[in-house]
Amino acid sequence: MRDAFIKSLIELAEEDDRIALLTGDLGFGVVEKFADKFPERFWNCGVAEQSMMSIAAGLAKSGMRPFVYSIANFPTFRCLEQIRNDVCYHDLPVTIVSVGGGLGYGTLGYTHHGIEDIAAMRALPNISIYSPSDPSETNQVLAQSHKNGKPAYIRLGKNGEPNISANSSNEIAGSVRELTSGTDLTILASGAIAENCTQAAKSLSSEHSIQVISIPRIQPLEVEFLRDLITSQKILVVEEHVERGGLAASILENFNKAKVELIFEHLFVKEFQINQIGSQDYLRSLSGLDVLGLVKTCKEMLSQR
Amino acid sequence: MSELIKSKSQEIAHNSRISCLKMVHAAKAAHLGSSLSVIDILSVLYSDVGNISKTNPDSLASDQVLVSKGHAAAGTYAVLANSGFFETAILESYCEDGSLIGGHVTFGKVPGIPFSTGSLGHGLPLGIGLALARKRSNANSFVYVVMSDGECDEGTTWESALIANQFEVGNLVAIIDRNRLQSFGDTEETISLEPFKSKWESFGWNVSEVDGHDHEAMKEIISNIRKPVSSKPNVIIANTIKGRGISFMENQVVWHYRPPSDEQLAAALLELEAQS
Repeated sequence: MRDAFIKSLIELAEEDDRIALLTGDLGFGVVEKFADKFPERFWNCGVAEQSMMSIAAGLAKSGMRPFVYSIANFPTFRCLEQIRNDVCYHDLPVTIVSVGGGLGYGTLGYTHHGIEDIAAMRALPNISIYSPSDPSETNQVLAQSHKNGKPAYIRLGKNGEPNISANSSNEIAGSVRELTSGTDLTILASGAIAENCTQAAKSLSSEHSIQVISIPRIQPLEVEFLRDLITSQKILVVEEHVERGGLAASILENFNKAKVELIFEHLFVKEFQINQIGSQDYLRSLSGLDVLGLVKTCKEMLSQR
Repeated sequence: MSELIKSKSQEIAHNSRISCLKMVHAAKAAHLGSSLSVIDILSVLYSDVGNISKTNPDSLASDQVLVSKGHAAAGTYAVLANSGFFETAILESYCEDGSLIGGHVTFGKVPGIPFSTGSLGHGLPLGIGLALARKRSNANSFVYVVMSDGECDEGTTWESALIANQFEVGNLVAIIDRNRLQSFGDTEETISLEPFKSKWESFGWNVSEVDGHDHEAMKEIISNIRKPVSSKPNVIIANTIKGRGISFMENQVVWHYRPPSDEQLAAALLELEAQS
């Protein structure tokens, strides 16, 4: 997703000279492509995320479209007040891009995990929140957020995620996309974890048909389209995020507001594991977010009447 | 103009002090001392050296004045209104329910406020962003960020001091209202800032020091900064007196918080009358 992001951003910047890129001294091997092509629109602000975010707001106030790039929780929690006061309060077109969202920086530990970011961003005014599942969705959300010209948060995975083939036309580009169709169980997922969900659905496909829906735009949520898209009674929400404030909370709040009842099971990153050490796959497995864990939960749900 | 008030900016500062006292008294609000200390700086910026477009202030051709010490809202609004940015009648509604002007400067309600501030340490990096956009477009405009000295406790001040030097933002002017009093008292007994001037110099800034109540001296320094434009960011340490202009308020930390009583207002207005 990192490479898809920078490629897509360069393409947008070729068309729109208001686009700028700011980094908090991260993105080695990624952002140089932009910096080489548009040196007058690239600023490495050093390890100073708070100032970087305010500088982006100042640029946006002056007519530019800055993208702020860093990893995991640094462009969110470290500078939360700058996002709140300077970007969101003033409704400025700053796009915050966080790479390695969720448990993407596995062995680097909890200080480098972004697992409460969606909750923090969801509390703020005027901001759209995106968590694409693959490179193709990354391109879509980038285009959508650029077109909107408002504050946006984009949570990316790391790199090397495959494009998830979606053989359905059931989608709103950049907002909701059906990855697999099915009627026994529906999985609603956001972000790179959706790939595990499609693998779990595939491994159960000889006996069950499982629908997997990716939700790359968590806020605002496409409630009616999503409601009409869901084809089964049993629903599982999967997110690489803590229990509170993320995708599941957004679904609950928005469906309740639309007076649509939706009861679901929920898989998320459990708090007990924050001091555990291991790869992203290992850490996902501790909360049942690996393919085997997802299959296990699906089987339990499918066996219930 | 009188013997004591010799320029337009001084007249605006004088009228703004009167407005400000009445506003804070009526609203029973705080931060009077902070407003009185910065009114001369703001009067020079808004009414004289700052070339701010009243119709399109976000235009890159327009200078920007960003009051980072947003708690000096009464003083800021008083100077803006007395400089013609909006009707002075609006000042009478300061801090009232539904008012356009409140206890911290708020954008989008009256002209002249590019950003809402109040949480300290935001103005300098915001100013870098405003200045970078102007520099990139080869505009001749300048960005002025008015900060408090206590605000320099914030880490973002020093992050931004590094960044502005690195990015050679020569069209940025930080003006620090150096009244030496913050929330609990003397800045040097809280978190010492001295040697303040050499700190900024060591960060690569072009540093000036001035009496922050001497309008002509401030105008001369800013005029020199604007020609020729240097690649260094600029900081003016404006030595001021908290509560300036009202003898019993000067250098008293209590006026960071206290609104004047009816009697104190009357006495203060009498003092100002004698100065006109």
